[in-house]
Amino acid sequence: MTLAEQVLQNRRRAIARLITYIENEHPAAQAELATLFPHTGRAHLVGVTGAPGTGKSSLVNELAKGIRATGKTVAIIAVDPTSPFSGGAILGDRIRMRELAGDRGVFIRSMASRGSLGGLARGVYDAINVFDAAGFDMVLIETVGVGQGEVDIARTAHTVLVVEAPGLGDDIQAIKAGILEIADIFVVNKADKPGANKTAAALRAMLDLGNPTGGQMLHHGVLLSVAATPPSPAPPSDWDYPILKTTATAGDGVDTLIETIFRHHHHLTQSGKLADRNRARLAADLENRLQTELLRRLLARTPNGTLSEIIGKLVKRTLSPYNAVHLLLEE
Amino acid sequence: MPERKIRVLVAKPGLDGHDRGAKVVARALRDAGMEVIYTGLRQTPDMIVESALQEDVDVVGLSILSGAHMALLPIIAQKLKEADMAHVLIVAGGIIPDEDIAALKEAGIDAVFNPGTPTQEIVNFITTHVATE
Ligand code: B12
Ligand SMILES: Nc1nc2c(ncn2[C@@H]2O[C@H](COP(=O)(O)OP(=O)(O)OP(=O)(O)O)[C@@H](O)[C@H]2O)c(=O)[nH]1
Ligand SMILES: [Mg+2]
Repeated sequence: MTLAEQVLQNRRRAIARLITYIENEHPAAQAELATLFPHTGRAHLVGVTGAPGTGKSSLVNELAKGIRATGKTVAIIAVDPTSPFSGGAILGDRIRMRELAGDRGVFIRSMASRGSLGGLARGVYDAINVFDAAGFDMVLIETVGVGQGEVDIARTAHTVLVVEAPGLGDDIQAIKAGILEIADIFVVNKADKPGANKTAAALRAMLDLGNPTGGQMLHHGVLLSVAATPPSPAPPSDWDYPILKTTATAGDGVDTLIETIFRHHHHLTQSGKLADRNRARLAADLENRLQTELLRRLLARTPNGTLSEIIGKLVKRTLSPYNAVHLLLEE
Repeated sequence: MPERKIRVLVAKPGLDGHDRGAKVVARALRDAGMEVIYTGLRQTPDMIVESALQEDVDVVGLSILSGAHMALLPIIAQKLKEADMAHVLIVAGGIIPDEDIAALKEAGIDAVFNPGTPTQEIVNFITTHVATE
C-alpha cells in the first residue's frame, strides 16, 4: 500500500512518515501529495499566533481538549524556530500538551521553521493537506513566537487567533504589531495576571480606531488579483472581531473561545468568505510553488560559474542588478 | 536539495525531576544541527512511544536519574519495537550503574552515557549510528 493510501485510512505511522518526506523534500513526496489532494478541503484550519511566551501552546492544549469533547478530531502542527547558527532546533511545544497523550483523536507534530521567515515552516502547507486528507476535522497551527512581520499564517488558516498577554512591555508596543491586522479573534491570555483588562481595553480602542482589513490579506503578488469576482471595496464587515480573555493554565474562558471559533467558521461559510479564503490560499500556494520551481529550473540551466561571474560584475558595478536579471533569463 | 535533519526525541521517563542533563544534551544536539523534540518530565513509556511515532524521530534519548532505569528503559525499547519503530536508535543517560549496562543493551538500548560524558561524544555516537536512507 502506498503512503497516501495509508494516510487516507488514518494510519499514524504513514502520516508521520509522509510529513518527514515533505520536510526533507523527498522525491516521493509530491506524488503522494498529489494523490491526497482531491481528498483535502474539509478540515477547519485554525492558526494560533502571537509573541513568544504568551501561552500559545498552553492554549492549543486546552483548545484541543475542548474540541475533542465535542467529538471532533484534532491535528496540531507546532512550529518552533530553527537556530540560524547551527541549523538545529529545540521543539518544546509538546511540553504543554502532555494532557493530550493517549487520545487517538489527536495527532501532534512539531516542525522546525528551517529558515522560513514568515512564522511557519515551508512544509506546513503540505502537512496540513496530509492531516486534512487523513480525515482530521480541525488542524490547529501554532506559529513560532512572532513579532510583527511574520504573517504567513493569514494565508494559511481560515481562522486566526492572535494571542496577547498582559505585562509584555508597554501596551503600545504590543498593539502596533502588524500581526493584529490578521486576527479574526483576539485572545488576551494569562487573564489571571494583573493588567489583563487593560490589555483588552487597549486592543478594543485600537480596533475601534482602525477598520480591520476584514481578514483579506493583501499579498504583493500577481496571482491574487485573479479573484473569482472583480475586487470591490471590502463590504462592511459583519464579523465583530471579538476580544476574549482566557487563563490557559486553568482552562478559564476556553469554552467561550471554542464557541467563537466555531461561530467564525459558520460566519465564513454563510458569508461566502470561506470560498474566497480557500481560493486565495490556493492561489498564494500556487504562486509560492511557481517561484520556487522557476528559480530551481533557471538555476539548473544556468551554466556553472555564470552566476558567480555575474555577481562579480555586480560587485565591481560593471553590471546592474536590473540588467543581470535579463541576462540570466535570456541566457 | 535540503539536507536530511536528524530528529531526536529527548524525554524523561519516570518521576524524578532532574532535568539538567536532559536540557544540556538537548542543547548540544541542537547545536550539532539536529532537531530535538523536548517533551519534558514525567513521561510514561506509552507517551514516549506515541511521541516518537508522531514525530517520526530517528533517535529516542532517555534521561533517567531516579534509579528506575531497569524497570522503565526495557519496556520503552520493547514498545518501540511493537510500534514498528525497531529502526529507531535508543540512547540513555543519567545515573546508571555500570553493572546494569549490559542488561540494558541486551534489552535494546543502543548506548548509555554516564555523568561527565562530553556532549560531543553523544553527538558523534548519534551521527555515526543513525541509519541514513
Ligand atoms: C543537581 C542535582 C539535583 C538538583 C536537580 C536540578 C535539576 N533541575 O536538574 C536538585 C537539588 C533539585 C536535586 C534533587 C534531588 N536529588 Co539530585 N542530584 C543532583 C546532582 C548533584 C547533579 C545532577 C546534574 O544535574 N548533573 C549535571 C548533568 C549535566 O549531568 P547528568 O544529568 O548526569 O547528564 C550527563 C550524563 O548523565 C548524560 N545524560 C543525561 N541525560 C541524558 C539523556 C540522553 C538522551 C543522553 C544521550 C545522555 C544523557 O549526559 C550528560 C552530560 O554528560 C546529582 C549527583 C550527580 N553527581 O549526578 C544528584 C542525584 C542525581 N540526586 C539524587 C537524589 C536522591 C535527589 C533527591 C531525591 C534528594 C532528596 N532526597 O530530596 C531529590 C529528588 C528531586 C526530584 N524531584 O526528583 C541522587 C540520585 C540517586 C539514585 N538515582 O540512585 C543523586 C545521584 C545524588 C546521590 N549521589 O545520591 N538533585
Ligand atoms: N499565569 C499564567 N501563565 C500561563 C498561562 N498560559 C500559559 N502560561 C505560562 O506561560 C509560559 C509560556 O507558555 P507557552 O504555552 O509555552 O507559551 P507559547 O506562547 O507557546 O511560547 P512559545 O512557543 O515559546 O512562543 C508557561 O510557563 C506557561 O505555564 C496563563 O493563562 N496564566
Ligand atoms: Mg509554544
